[in-house]
Order: sequence, then C-alpha cells, then structure tokens
Amino acid sequence: MKVLVPVKRVIDYNVKVRVKADGTGVDLANVKMSMNPFDEIAVEAAIRLREAGAATEVVVVSIGVKQAQETLRTALAMGADRAILIQAADDVHQDIEPLAVAKLLKAVVEAEAPGLVICGKQAIDNDMNATGQMLAALLGWSQGTFASELAIEGDTALVTREVDGGMQTIKVKMPTIVTVDLRMNEPRYASLPNIMKAKKKPLEEKTAADYGVDVAPRLTVVKTTEPAGRKAGVKVGSVDELIAKLKDEAGVL
Amino acid sequence: MDFGLTDEQRMIVETTRAFVEAELYPHEAEVERSGHLRPELIREIQGKAIEAGLYAANMPEEVGGAGLDTLSWLLYERELGRANYALHWTCVARPSNILLAGTAEQREKYLFPCIRGEKWDCLAMTEPGAGSDLRGMTASARQEGDDWVLNGTKHFISHADLADFAIVFMASGEEETPRGRKKLITAFFVDKGTPGFSIREGYRNVSHRGYTNSVLEFDNCRLPASQLLGEPHKGFEVANTWLGATRLQVAATCLGRADRALQHAISYAAERRQFGQQIGKFQGVSFKLADMATELRAAELLTWAAAWKFDQGSVTEADMSMAKLKASEVLAMVADEAIQIHGGMGLMDDLPLERIWRDARVERIWEGTSEIQRHIISRELLRAVGG
Repeated sequence: MKVLVPVKRVIDYNVKVRVKADGTGVDLANVKMSMNPFDEIAVEAAIRLREAGAATEVVVVSIGVKQAQETLRTALAMGADRAILIQAADDVHQDIEPLAVAKLLKAVVEAEAPGLVICGKQAIDNDMNATGQMLAALLGWSQGTFASELAIEGDTALVTREVDGGMQTIKVKMPTIVTVDLRMNEPRYASLPNIMKAKKKPLEEKTAADYGVDVAPRLTVVKTTEPAGRKAGVKVGSVDELIAKLKDEAGVL
Repeated sequence: MDFGLTDEQRMIVETTRAFVEAELYPHEAEVERSGHLRPELIREIQGKAIEAGLYAANMPEEVGGAGLDTLSWLLYERELGRANYALHWTCVARPSNILLAGTAEQREKYLFPCIRGEKWDCLAMTEPGAGSDLRGMTASARQEGDDWVLNGTKHFISHADLADFAIVFMASGEEETPRGRKKLITAFFVDKGTPGFSIREGYRNVSHRGYTNSVLEFDNCRLPASQLLGEPHKGFEVANTWLGATRLQVAATCLGRADRALQHAISYAAERRQFGQQIGKFQGVSFKLADMATELRAAELLTWAAAWKFDQGSVTEADMSMAKLKASEVLAMVADEAIQIHGGMGLMDDLPLERIWRDARVERIWEGTSEIQRHIISRELLRAVGG
C-alpha cells in the first residue's frame, strides 16, 4: 500500500510572529520556515507504517512556493521515499487556500492511487483545519480526523480520535484520509546518514497548471492584528481576598 | 562564491540543533551544578545520538561515520558547541581522527569500538614542562628488544578517566637538523590497566564543568611493538597527517556558544525595560549588539572559508589559525558583553551566560594559545618574503 502525506511549509513555530506593516498578513520575509509540526507527525506515522510492513511506499507532496522543496527534502531525510512539489505561487506571502489544495491533492491521489492519505490536522500558520476533510469530500472517501492512534487491519483502519471529553475509536473503510493530532507520535530526527541519502531520492516538480486547478484566492483577508497585550496582574493579600475577587470581579465562583 | 548552505547542510544544522536543544540542554543544569556526568545519563543520551546518526559523525562513511565534508562537519560542531562541553563531548563523541591512522588490527581494537560508542579515546601530548613547546617533552619511550618501555608524566589529559585507552606521544630519541638538535616523537596506544600505566585525578578548572582532565604516569610501562601508532619516531607526522582540522573544530564550537549568548542578549534587550523603555532602545546596548553580531559574522566567515579551503586542499596553517584565534576571541567578547547587557542577572546560573563566559576562557588557551596562533599567522606572512 502506498501512503500519501501532504506537507506544508509554514513559519517556524519558534519564530516570534510579526504582522506586516500594512496589516495584510504575517511578515514572512527572511523568516525561518519549517515543516508544519502536524505534518511532521503525519510523515512519522507513514514511515512507521512502512517500517511495520503495513505500507510499501511513502510519497510526500507539498503545494506552495518553490522553496517548499526544502520541506520535502526534510521529509525525505526523515525517511519518505519520493516527493512531489506542486508550485502554485511565486510570492511567499500567497497562501494557497484549503479548497485549492484539496483539489490539487485529489488530482495527485488519482494519479498516484494511494491506499491511505495522512495529513496534519491543521497547519499552524492559519489553523484552517479543512484540507483533509475537503479532500475526503472531493474523493468520496472515508475520513478519521484528529487521530492519536492509527491501526490498519486489512481493508479497514482503526482511528482513535481526540474528541471533546475523551477518545473515540472509529473503524473506517480504506482507502481513507486520516488527519493526525499532536499525540500520535514523536517525530524522529532526520538522521545524518539519511540526510545524505535524501539528496538521491526523487523529487518531481509540477505546477498547479499541470493539474488544471485554479488556485486564485476566494477569501479576502480583511485585517491582521497582533493579539492584545496582556494586562498586568494584581497581588492579593490573602486567600479571602482572592476568593472575593474571583466571586465579585471575575465572576468565576 | 556561494555563501549559501546546501539542503543537506541546512538539515544537518536543523537535526543537530533540535537534538542539542531537546537532549542536551535539559541536562545542563545538573552537570553544571554537580560537576559530574552520571554514567546512566551518558548511556541514555549516547543511545539517542547513535540513533540520530550524530555519534562519531566526524568519521568517514566507510568506517561508520557520516562522511561529511569539512564545512558540513563544522556546522554540526557549531550546533553541538552551543551545549555544555562535557555533555556533547562525551555523549555525542567525535573520536579522534588519528584513530584512522591505525593498522587493520588497531582499527578493530580502537577505532570501531569508539565509533560504536563502546569505548572512548584520549590524546596525551602535554606535560608539566611541555605545553606550547610540545617538542620539549621529556616523557620517553626506549626500545628494548621488540618492546618499548615508557616513562614519564603527562598532564591536562582530557577525558582520560573515562577513556579506555590513551594515544600517547613520547620522546623516543633525537636527531640533528640544520636548525639544531630535535627530539623524535613516537605515538603509542596504551590500554587502561597496562602495568606501569596509571591515571590520577587532574586539576579542577574554571571552564567546562563536568569535563575532566587527568595526570598520566608511566613507570617502566612495557608495550609490544603492535601498540605503536604509525612508524617509530614519526609521531608528529602521524598527528599532522591524521588529526585533521582540530583548530577549526574549536573555532566552530566557539561560534555556537557565542551565538547562543548573542541570542540571549538580543532577546533580553528587546524584553527588559528600564527608564520606561526597552533597554535595546539605548544606544549603549544596541551598539553592543551590533558589534557582537558583526564580530561573530566575521569569525564565522573566517571559519567557513578555511573549511572550504580545507576540502579544496588549499588551506594554509594561517587560515586555520586565524579562524581559531578570531572565533575564540570573539566568543570571549560576546560572552562578556552579553553579561553586561543582562546586568546582575547575567552572572546568575539560571542563565547559561556565566558558564559560557567561564567556558570561553579555555578556548584561547587549548588547541594552541592565541599567541601560538599569532606566531603561526605572522610566520607565514614573513616567510613569504624571506623573513
């Protein structure tokens, strides 16, 4: 079984995000970019399936600017077998919207015929949490979202989902789309020998036009602002005073 | 010229940095405060380093290393250099390249176990009376039949207490040269436990807590000829051929530590407020940051350029000395200024700055003092014009 893992190049989670002066978005010029952490978990999950014999090949795909090939190389260095880059933008500030990404991924799925697609549950840049679900809808496939565990049993997959108030395990028919949550695994380091080997792994370059998908934005960003600064706290003199404030001022007791 | 990193180099940096931050930083406080590396901790981190392919990555691929070019190796060294020295040196060891000079049997006995993390090596040259003047060593080796008999004392021998064997350089005779009499040096492998070879606890020192140095005593320590490393009387030739770019390794680790200090200083200057504004808004602080960053970039460029030339086969002794000199001196300056920017807080051991400042001191001394580096650089300048 082939596993397809879409990976997104996003602003590194350690970077202190700054809003562009004109408020149209986050400043990405000369900022460290990395693989979306949830996608890293998805790559790790796919590699583990292959190591366990449940998958035969792990193909990673990234949609965005040309520099996304760095993200793909990282996935190859972690252990993915092959990569596809779909260039869909020239400007690093142009985000490709989930529906366009899902349409492109549908075309890739039709060409590659994977038995399983593993995505991150969302990208940490705009937190849309939509691509996996849209892809499932476009393909008419089953889906298991917010997965913290995944087991393949013949032509079904057991997906443990992190839902409000606990865990839910569902059985879905393969082929399926699984979107992974934080607790699925701890992604490995790309080992030094594998980094050196990644150079020799195939990376195919395509464009959005090759798939006939229009990636023009449908959404308009009205405004981007930094979160309001936190107000200074107060020191209370006693437990009684704390309780009184929680009751009367905060209204939480 | 291309000053960009390749994809591989970028990933080497990312993996090594992630490892250093996740696996080494959390144990720094323990090592700094206890001055000791617990054997269980060593094993735990070592196992992870081996799994990540970071262990012994300085070695060529055919013997189980990562097979990196010099620049890639130094980028890895810079990332490791951010962390406590004892932690990275012991748990993510880079066995001495001189082990590659051994015979097939010696490789089996010493090189491969070091690469697999089963043994540690140490290198013994320095003596109480022979520091910068290495050839002035008096510890000796004399031939008796097929055997060699070693006598004398070595000190400042790093990691000797942990090591399973030492690579020891001994004076084995003298020869006449046009510039006077010169000592001949021979290198040996000496296993711990060899009769006549003992190791004593060395000195406590200001830099690198958790790091140890020892005194090695040789008292009629008898070795078979199979323990010779290289040809008799060719010890320095073996060292010069095989040791590799150790000065650049020191330079690269200095760069990592200096960058860590600089990043702390930048963050603090942006966060700390005094007199109603961020202290980074005061020129007294902001200009310091500018100088620290500029000096650090200069040291980096010297180091990377020397590394690149090393692989081209065009590096000179002065190139490597300049990099080591500049990087170790920039580290001292950056560490000192980072503390100044932090004020009193910079001296507290809650932050890594006081230790970076302490650790910086040895870097201008070991692997050739700053004065020896300047001597090498100026000699190369003057010799070119007959000086």
